[in-house]
Amino acid sequence: MVTTVRAPRRTPVRTPSRRRRDRPRGRKSVALTALTSLVVLYSLVPLAWLVINATKTQEGLFTSFGLWFDDGRFALWENLRTTVTYDDGIFLRWLGNTLLYVVAGAGGATLLAVLGGYGLAKFDFPGKRAVFAVVIGAVAVPGTALAVPTFLMFSKLGLTNTPWAVIIPSLICPFGLYLMWTYAAEAIPDELLEAARVDGAGEFRTFFRICVPLLAPGIVTTLLFSMVVTWNNYFLPLIMLKDPDWYPLILGLNAWNDQATTAGGQAVFNLVITGALLTILPLLAVFLLLQRYWQSGLAAGSVKQ
Amino acid sequence: MAETAVVPTRRRSWAGWRFIGPFMAVFALVFLAPIGYSIYLSLFKNRLIGGNSFVGLDNYRQALHDPNFWSALGRVSLFLVVQVPIMLFLALLVALAIDSGRLYGKSFFRVTVFLPYAVPAVVATLMWGFMYGSQFGLIGSINDSLGTAIPDPLQPSWILAAIGNIVTWEFVGYNMLIFYSALRTVPGSLYESAEIDGAGELRIIRSIKLPAIRGALVIATIFSIIGSFQLFNEPAILQNLAPNAITTYFTPNYYAYSLSFAGQQYNYSATVAIIMGVITMVIAYVVQLRGTKER
Repeated sequence: MVTTVRAPRRTPVRTPSRRRRDRPRGRKSVALTALTSLVVLYSLVPLAWLVINATKTQEGLFTSFGLWFDDGRFALWENLRTTVTYDDGIFLRWLGNTLLYVVAGAGGATLLAVLGGYGLAKFDFPGKRAVFAVVIGAVAVPGTALAVPTFLMFSKLGLTNTPWAVIIPSLICPFGLYLMWTYAAEAIPDELLEAARVDGAGEFRTFFRICVPLLAPGIVTTLLFSMVVTWNNYFLPLIMLKDPDWYPLILGLNAWNDQATTAGGQAVFNLVITGALLTILPLLAVFLLLQRYWQSGLAAGSVKQ
Repeated sequence: MAETAVVPTRRRSWAGWRFIGPFMAVFALVFLAPIGYSIYLSLFKNRLIGGNSFVGLDNYRQALHDPNFWSALGRVSLFLVVQVPIMLFLALLVALAIDSGRLYGKSFFRVTVFLPYAVPAVVATLMWGFMYGSQFGLIGSINDSLGTAIPDPLQPSWILAAIGNIVTWEFVGYNMLIFYSALRTVPGSLYESAEIDGAGELRIIRSIKLPAIRGALVIATIFSIIGSFQLFNEPAILQNLAPNAITTYFTPNYYAYSLSFAGQQYNYSATVAIIMGVITMVIAYVVQLRGTKER
């Protein structure tokens, strides 16, 4: 049933790329390629720096040229080992925490955004305009305006210094809601819903059996974006968590970096750098593997307006 | 956006709330309640003697006469008018270059320029901080080996530019992709007829491409304004490396953070945060009005 009704896509705006892919317009230009390469260089040099310096010892960092390897030693494996074993393997604990926050936070955020976006796109209900205005307006409020009162509220509820303090605020991803709204509006034909209603299927049954498969690409995109937001979140855990055992990776790395300036602390820059590399690798991998999705996500965000 | 909202054939009922309800419930808890609580806090003052008392708009009056607040606001405004145009212009140039179809290996460009967006702001700042730094920084190495005299980016007069560079690095690819996605929606037939009319590449950019991505330009500008006014991570991390250059009131967000978590002045901190929220909303709204007016 699904395949037969799927055919009439109402708005062709979403897929213009297919009609206009790389028309041979103009010749390739070496000069333009070279100029644009400068920007690529700018983007890649810090990443190259990170990879190169992850192979150096703490002393090697100070004695060798930043953008080349240390002649004396190649310490990448040693750094990796020390990073995951330092301080009783706290790095792995932080990694586990991060995964927990990402799975629970981003997973939950995606679920709420998919349900909400679908509701906004396919139903007309009292208060719909207000929902839209409130969500858009709230996005402009600075993080601290929320963070301080959220912290005070959570500490009264006894939630600070627990994983809940990080997970609950992560459940809201306004961009994800917007993305799913625009996506659901186009991917699910009204006729299909009408047909399902005539057949007597309940709203939730219709949603899970018929709509979710149609929404799959949008769901992956939303999941991807909320994952990145949660993985990279610094401010929220910074104020909510005191106990290093609950730190996510980002906060842990910064704590290691601060060790050098605290009295009696041991400078472990080699671990900060190797840890940073380990922190960004999963994200870079996900982005490279799921290119199609984040591009369509950004396209949805920019085209509709 | 509104055009997707109402389809006349659809019945108006409460059924939609079953889907949007869960989102709105959590949203109320983590967005609306804190905002309300913030406004409440901003109207009170906690004194050693007398405890918590209602003071009306006193906190707001205090903020408007607070040189630290103005200094922070001035700094992010300077940041906004210098860094945002540079970043968006660079992003636009790259997007136009990739869209022109004249690059060798265009998907390589698209992916690599976007990659920094996946790097957390904290890691990006740590990386750049190390590269800037005097300890094992690149700047020092380059000055040593090439005999150049690039100034220390972490000294007070350069720190804002140093932060601007980090933010540009993080977001140029993101904005590029927004522009590029918008450019791809221009129908190819428009270009064909323009070419038949003898329009050159620059003319096509000016008359077809830029008007076509106006919406994307407005969105990217609004996101950048919000981002600039909320600047926090980069100065907070660099603070350790450049304690003299970065004060506790370096940006409004950082000021609000220091006020509450170092100074325990929750009421005043909430006031500063609310003022910044209102300023951000007003400016974003004006940009959106101006940007969409002359369609």
